[in-house]
Amino acid sequence: MEITTQEFKHCDLIKVKGRVDSATAPDFSKALEKANNDGKFKIVVDMSELEYMSSAGFRALLATQRNCKRYNRGELVLVSVPARIHEALELAGFTELFKTFDDAIEAVGSF
Amino acid sequence: MAHSTFPARFEFLDEIRSLVAQVARESGFSEKDIYSLQLAADEAASNIIEHAYAGVSDALLEITCDMRGSELVITMRDTGKPFDPSKVKQPNLKADLSERQIGGLGLYLMRKLMDDVHYESNARSGNLLTMIKRRG
Repeated sequence: MEITTQEFKHCDLIKVKGRVDSATAPDFSKALEKANNDGKFKIVVDMSELEYMSSAGFRALLATQRNCKRYNRGELVLVSVPARIHEALELAGFTELFKTFDDAIEAVGSF
Repeated sequence: MAHSTFPARFEFLDEIRSLVAQVARESGFSEKDIYSLQLAADEAASNIIEHAYAGVSDALLEITCDMRGSELVITMRDTGKPFDPSKVKQPNLKADLSERQIGGLGLYLMRKLMDDVHYESNARSGNLLTMIKRRG
């Protein structure tokens, strides 16, 4: 798993590549928490190069979404969710908790 | 038939998923089903490592992956704490964001992704998880 964070005027774009499972999810959580700790609550997670995500990754997304939406201060949105990962998020009932976009520019522009 | 013993640590989830994918691919499962099988095996192994072997180092997880007729059968054996799946609350998938619980999601996904999931606990031989998926 590899994570890169890009800061925009109105939001942070966090790109997660590779595989997120119980071994790598703690680092994914840390990247999301760091944004929140820096006062960033508008977050775009770019999944275009994500190959795999287990419920350990879903847990990190859920915890961050809760934190972002508290006091209406922001939101976490997803972009370019691969079909298999989208199906798993749907099975878990998570798709209604996150707005999804087809491309990063559109997602960044939504804030 | 694939039969391997892994250290019960999260770093080995990659290898566990690869083992399952290899057998499933050789057995003619679709890429969609291969992803489902990998996810179910990952969730099962993660639960064993996190819960059955909580606080235990140097534990082992024995995995078999095998076609029986048109069904792929994955078994996982551990010697950790026994597990009673009936005690795991079904996650409420309609709950609001603030009330959404993540506990139990792994087991829920396993049941959704596989055709059959069952556990047996035995004081002598430990815990045995069997998961079955039919080739579509």
